Amino acid sequence: MTLLTIDKDHWTQGLAAAADHYRLFGPVKEKDQHQFKALEKGRLPDLDLVNTRLSPKDLVFPQSEIMLTYSLDESREDHHIMKEAHTDHAPRAVVGMRPCDARAIQLVKLNFDTPDVKDPYWLKAYEATTFIGMACDTPLSTCFCTSAGCGPYNAEGLDILMMDRGETYLAKIFTEKGKAFADTAGWNQATPEAAEAFVAAKEAAEAKMVSTISTDNLADTDLLDLHGAPFWDDIAFACLNCGTCTFTCPTCWCFDIQDEVQGKSGVRMKNWDSCMFPIFTVHTTGHNPRDTKTQRVRQRFMHKLKYFVDKYQTGIMCVGCGRCVRQCPVNIDIRRVCELMNSFKPADACVAQG
Amino acid sequence: MSGYTEKMREIAGRLLGDCSVQMVIGFRKGTLPMMNEPCFVTNPEQVPSLVWDSNCGINLANYLTNRKEKIAVFAKGCDSRNIVNHIVENKIKRDQLHIVGVPCTGMIDKRKITGMVNGEILETTETEDTIKVRTAEAETLFDKREVLQQNCALCIHRNPVIFDEMVADPVAEQTDIDRYADVRKIEEMDSKEKWQFFDDLLSPCIRCYACRNACPLCYCPTCFVDESKPQWVGKGQDPIDVRTFHFLRAYHCAGRCTDCGACQRACPVGIDMRLLTRKLEKDCQEQFGWEAGLSLDQRPALDVYQTNDPGDFIK
Ligand code: SF4
Ligand code: SF4
Ligand code: SF4
Ligand code: SF4
Ligand code: SF4
Repeated sequence: MTLLTIDKDHWTQGLAAAADHYRLFGPVKEKDQHQFKALEKGRLPDLDLVNTRLSPKDLVFPQSEIMLTYSLDESREDHHIMKEAHTDHAPRAVVGMRPCDARAIQLVKLNFDTPDVKDPYWLKAYEATTFIGMACDTPLSTCFCTSAGCGPYNAEGLDILMMDRGETYLAKIFTEKGKAFADTAGWNQATPEAAEAFVAAKEAAEAKMVSTISTDNLADTDLLDLHGAPFWDDIAFACLNCGTCTFTCPTCWCFDIQDEVQGKSGVRMKNWDSCMFPIFTVHTTGHNPRDTKTQRVRQRFMHKLKYFVDKYQTGIMCVGCGRCVRQCPVNIDIRRVCELMNSFKPADACVAQG
Repeated sequence: MSGYTEKMREIAGRLLGDCSVQMVIGFRKGTLPMMNEPCFVTNPEQVPSLVWDSNCGINLANYLTNRKEKIAVFAKGCDSRNIVNHIVENKIKRDQLHIVGVPCTGMIDKRKITGMVNGEILETTETEDTIKVRTAEAETLFDKREVLQQNCALCIHRNPVIFDEMVADPVAEQTDIDRYADVRKIEEMDSKEKWQFFDDLLSPCIRCYACRNACPLCYCPTCFVDESKPQWVGKGQDPIDVRTFHFLRAYHCAGRCTDCGACQRACPVGIDMRLLTRKLEKDCQEQFGWEAGLSLDQRPALDVYQTNDPGDFIK
């Protein structure tokens, strides 16, 4: 690991230099909200932000992505033959992402990059990207990253982690990818400051976190007991099945594959899907095993807080970014659900009266 | 209006206690400032969780669709009109409902208030006419009328149109309200400007369908955007597909929308899709003299044919 100081003028120049070799993405303010976007030449990421409304997951996992193209024009020799769509996988960098979003990509990677299955669309985008994080000194009241296996200075999944020191940024470089980006940007000024600066700032940021959850009992509670717990109707009642929680969530990974044809040319595309949507699991027979709202809401929370926990043993499938809490139109709060699940004790089996 | 809570708990306790209803649908306090969560209670012990204040903007008629129980529901003016729709459209029976009318002075617009202060809002407190907002740095006091949801600022049916009992005496209805100033502005645009306008309006849409799902009018078992055999609309982010969704949904709401604002309130990206439904509301008024959800005895505008219906569009 290398530690650098980057003064803010040099930061701007460095990004301009890097832009010749990388496509840059970063948060920009549009209307009232920050959003991750491709930065046109000369535009700087706006790092003075709280958590963005949507996470930057779409940089590796776009909401709609064309996978294959084909033609139905029988006069063409290649009609009805699927061809890989052209996607630009030139080097790119996302500048200023939050530690929670970076860790989220690592959790999602467990699904897209397994010993048996490698999703080429996700992986090519992932591999082309350098992840440059900005530590978070202003957690929101809805952030609970420290109790979700993450934290405002968490470096997991980042090639570079920076912190704001007023006049300068302090940067930790963890990987070859990160070093290559810093070299391209010309950031090479070793810092006189010790790594302790990070430690102190991390402690200060963590001390500002007001929101926590407990997850310690989730792994040991029986799966079917939790599935059959009595609280699901109550949790699900208000839910609109709108999917906002899953679309804004950096760790939700479900997608659907669709063919769309216009005239004689067609594409096969991948679109975000959501367990909240009524047709999410409809079988080709027409049977829907998750036909009711309660079943769908239960799927979301069981997936994040139980199935994932059991399957991967890396903690919950949530990084505590709080987006679903802030954006849910009817205030269904994962922290409250987690509390109910974590403290759930199945009723004792009927004890014979003595 | 925050004074209603005690009375509501009393009513809910009585109705559950003497088994007149099996469930009461209302709101419980949210975990975030300016948020309450629709909820149901089925026994008197849970009654103290019910609350009421200016953050109860989601339309509770939405939670009645196809329910089988005997239900008590708290209903603001707009909720009551959607309940009328529900009864007229056979989504619930009148005798299944005990409607507790809530005279309403308007719901506050969370997004608007958030835009008016710096920093994260940690707490709000309200009186009859004011909303106090606290951030880490400062407290700001707003006149409630300045921070109402737009549909509430424009509302001319604040009192329930149908009820079995009332939580409080009726409030004064607003008069001299021009409901359609912004719609007229759009009507005056030429087609190129209109296209641009709707393009801008709908471009942030992420197609989550919160607007559709928050709306009591949207209860089709399978929505046309979800239908896949055959598929009506593409599922991606193509702008034509996004517009198709919005325009078609708005038409489904013609003569049925009560401008309750639940759709706009639920939208995570703050789109004012009510501009579409209010245009249709205006047309229904101008062409058929029709306002939605005011009476159980009248069939909806698009449900009947009258010899004096305007027919200029048939050439
Ligand atoms: S955001 Fe809220 S209402 Fe929408 S699907 Fe998620 S939990 Fe349900
Ligand atoms: S579940 Fe909610 S809090 Fe957790 S990572 Fe997803 S959006 Fe963030
Ligand atoms: S099943 Fe639901 S919770 Fe799980 S990843 Fe898919 S959309 Fe997210
Ligand atoms: S379209 Fe919107 S304003 Fe109209 S009834 Fe539905 S939710 Fe209410
Ligand atoms: S709620 Fe908003 S973002 Fe979601 S589909 Fe409706 S308009 Fe689009």
